[in-house]
Amino acid sequence: MGDQITKDPYISHLELGEPDKTFLDSNELIINMGPQHPATHGVLRVILKLDGEKVLGTECVIGYLHRGVEKIAENRTYTMFNPYVDRMDYVAAVSNGLGYCEAVEKLLNVEAPPRAKYIRVILTELNRLASHMLWLGTHALDIGAMTPLFYTFRDREEILKIFEKYCGARLTTHAFRIGGCQYETYEGFERDVKKFLDCVPPRIDEYEELLTTNRIWVERTRNVGKISAADCKALGVTGPVLRASGVKWDIRKAQPYAAYPEFEFEIPTGANGDTYDRYMVRMREMRQSLRIIRQAVERIPEGPIMAKVPKVMKPAVGEVYHSIEAPKGELGYFIVSDGSTQPYRVRVRPPSFVNLQALDVMVRGQLVADVIAVIGTLDIVLGEVDR
Amino acid sequence: MLDYITSFLGMNTTPGQAGNVFWAVVYIFVVFGGVSVAVVAMNWLERKALAHFQVRLGPMRVGPHGLLQPIADAVKLLTKEDIIPEEADRFVFWIAPLIILCASFTVYIVIPFGPTHAITDLNIGILFMLGVSSLSVLGVVMAGWASNSHYPLIGSLRSSAQMISYEIAMGMAVVSAILMTSLNKSGTGTLSMIGIVEAQEQQQIWFLFKFFPLGFIAFAIFAIAMVAETNRAPFDLPEAESELTAGFHTEYSGLRWSLFMLGEYAAMIAVSSIAVTLWLGGWLRPFPNTLTGETWDLVFSLLPGLTFLALAAIAFVGVIRMPKHPYFRIQTAGLAGFGAVLGLIGLVLFVPPVRDRIQDIFWFIAKVAVFMYLYIWYRATFPRYRFDQLMKVGWKVLLPTAIGVLILTAILGIVL
Repeated sequence: MGDQITKDPYISHLELGEPDKTFLDSNELIINMGPQHPATHGVLRVILKLDGEKVLGTECVIGYLHRGVEKIAENRTYTMFNPYVDRMDYVAAVSNGLGYCEAVEKLLNVEAPPRAKYIRVILTELNRLASHMLWLGTHALDIGAMTPLFYTFRDREEILKIFEKYCGARLTTHAFRIGGCQYETYEGFERDVKKFLDCVPPRIDEYEELLTTNRIWVERTRNVGKISAADCKALGVTGPVLRASGVKWDIRKAQPYAAYPEFEFEIPTGANGDTYDRYMVRMREMRQSLRIIRQAVERIPEGPIMAKVPKVMKPAVGEVYHSIEAPKGELGYFIVSDGSTQPYRVRVRPPSFVNLQALDVMVRGQLVADVIAVIGTLDIVLGEVDR
Repeated sequence: MLDYITSFLGMNTTPGQAGNVFWAVVYIFVVFGGVSVAVVAMNWLERKALAHFQVRLGPMRVGPHGLLQPIADAVKLLTKEDIIPEEADRFVFWIAPLIILCASFTVYIVIPFGPTHAITDLNIGILFMLGVSSLSVLGVVMAGWASNSHYPLIGSLRSSAQMISYEIAMGMAVVSAILMTSLNKSGTGTLSMIGIVEAQEQQQIWFLFKFFPLGFIAFAIFAIAMVAETNRAPFDLPEAESELTAGFHTEYSGLRWSLFMLGEYAAMIAVSSIAVTLWLGGWLRPFPNTLTGETWDLVFSLLPGLTFLALAAIAFVGVIRMPKHPYFRIQTAGLAGFGAVLGLIGLVLFVPPVRDRIQDIFWFIAKVAVFMYLYIWYRATFPRYRFDQLMKVGWKVLLPTAIGVLILTAILGIVL
C-alpha cells in the first residue's frame, strides 16, 4: 500500500525519503484526503504528510471538475457564453454573471441603466448572503456542529425562492444580460425582499448564538489556520480571508462597480487572520449585505432595465479586465476581443483557486482536524477552482 | 423442578445470588432483549429528535412517523454485502465488532433495575462494570488495525488514547461516590451496584446532592467523561465523519457495522446506568424524603401507567392529524394500533401487583432516558473537540478536579 501511494507523481513535492515496506513502520504518514471525502467540499484532493496528527506538508491536486470553461468561451458568442459562467461558482452564480456582463459592457462601452444596476446589486447581495450561509453551514458541519447547516439552508431557501420567482432558476440563475437585465422585477418583488430582510437578522443572531461564544467553537477556530497580511498579499488571497488578516480591501469600495458607490456600508476586518476572525468577518458581512439590500430596495429608481446593445456583438479589437467582489474574493474577467463575434480569449481569475494556494501556508504545523477547518474557512467551490 | 423455579420468587433477591439458574437465564433474555429493543428505539428517537432540533421531520415514510424505520434499517444492514478488504487481517477484522458488542452487553449483568431486578449482584459490581466496559477499547484498536488502512488506524489510535485518558477521571469520580456509601452507621462501604443504591436510600439523599457541591461536581465529571468514553459528540473524534470519514469502522459494512452501532448504543445506555446508580439514586423515586406518606406513594406509583397513557394520547393525536387520504389508511391504522398497545400497557401498569413491582424499573429507565436525550441534545448543539484539546480537557481539567473532589470527599467523610 505504501508503494502505491508514493508512486504518485504528485507526492514527489513532499520530499519523502525511501518508502518503508509497510506504512506502519515509518514515522511519517502520507494520507490521501479526497477526491471523495466528505469535508473537501467537492472533488478536491489533498495529500497530507503527517507526523502523527501533525501536518508536515500538503499538496493540493485539482482538476477533477475541469470542464474547460475558458476554452468553451472561444467558440461561443459573447451572449452565448453568459450562462456558462454561472456554472463556475455555482453557489454564487449571480456574482459570476455580474462580473462577466460588466466586463463585456466595458468592452462594448455600454452602461447598464440605473434601475438595472439596482436590481443587480439587490440580487448580487442576496446571492452573497446565500453563499455565506452555505459556507457557514458546511464549515460548521466540518467542525462537527451539524445543526447550523439546517438553519442556514432553511434561510437560504428563502433567497433561492426569490431568485426562482425572478428568473425561474434557483442556482444557475443567468439573471443578467449584457447591457442590463432580461427581466423586470416581478409583482411583489420588493415586498418579498423586505420580508426577507426583516426575518433574517434574528436568524443570523441564532447562528451566532450557536457558535460565536461556544467554547468548543472558539477553541477549534481561534489561532487555527493563521495567515498574515503579508502572506495574503504575496499569495494574492482576496475576499474575507484577506480582510480577516486586517487588510481593508473590498472591490466594492476600492473600484466601485454597478450601483455600489451609492450605498453606505462598512468593510468588516479582522485582526489575527485566524479562522475565528474569518468567521466573524463573514458574519458581519452578512449584516452589511442586508444593509445594502435595504438601501437598494428603498431607493430603487424607475426606468428601463436594458441599455441599447447591438443584436450581434462585435466589440472593437482590444482587451479588458474587470473584477468584482464575489462572496469569496476578487472575481476577475480578462477578455481579449479580436473584433469578431466571439472572444479571442477569456481568462477568469477565480477567488477560490487563488485562495486555495494559501492552504499549505495555513495548515503547516497544525493538526489534521485543522486542515478540515481551514478548507472550510477558505470557502472554496471546486467548480470555480477547476473551471 | 417447579419448586426450584418458584423458590426464587419468595427469596426477594437477585437470581444470581439465589443461585437459581432458570430465573437467571430468563433475566438474561429479558435484559438483553430489552436492551436490544432500547437500542432500536433509541435509533429512531435519535433520528427523530435530532431532526426536530434541525427543523426537519426525520424518518416519515416507513410506518407512521417512521416508526418502522429501524426495522427497515436492520433488514437493509443484514442483507447488505459483507465486505472484508483484501489486505485486512481477516480474523481480527472479524472478531473486533464482536468484542465491542460483548463488552458493552456483558456489563448489563450487574445493572440493578430494582432491588431484586438484576441478573446478579456482584460484590464488586461497579469495578466489574468499569473493567468490562473499558474492554471495548480493545475492539476499537483491533478494528482500526485489522482494516489495514490509514483512516481507521488514526481513528482507532485516537479512540484508544481518548478512552484511556477519560477512564482515569471517570474512575476518580466513581471512587468519590463509592466513598460516600461508607458514611452509614456501620461505616462499611460497598462496591455492589445494589448496595450503592441502598446506601443512598439509607442516607436519605441522592449522592448527587451529598456534600453539595462535591457530589454534583463528581457527577458532572462522570457525565462528561462518559460521553467521551462512548465516543459521542462532542467527543466523537474517533469516528469524526468530516475528518476521518468514519474513523475506526470506515472499512466495515453491513452486519459488522451494525454490530458496532449496537455496541455503541448499548454502551451509552450502560454508562448512563452507572451514572444513575451512583448519583441519581438508581431505582429510587424522586423526592423520597420531602413528599412522603401514603398519598404520595400512591401518586408516584401511578406515574408509570400515566406515562404510557400520555404516550398513547400522543399516538392518538397523531392519528387524528394524519392526512385523510386512502393512501394513509394503513399508516393511520398502524399508529392507532400502536397507541392502543401503549394504552393497554398503561392500563396494565395500574393493576396494584404489577404497579408495585414495575415502579423501580420505571424510575430507573426514566432516569436513563434523560441521559439518552442529553446525548442527542449534545450532538445537535456542540461542535467537535480537536484531539489535543480533548486531551487537555481530560488531563488538565477533569483529572485534577476529580482528584480534588475525591480528597475533599474523603476529608468530609471523616470530619462529619
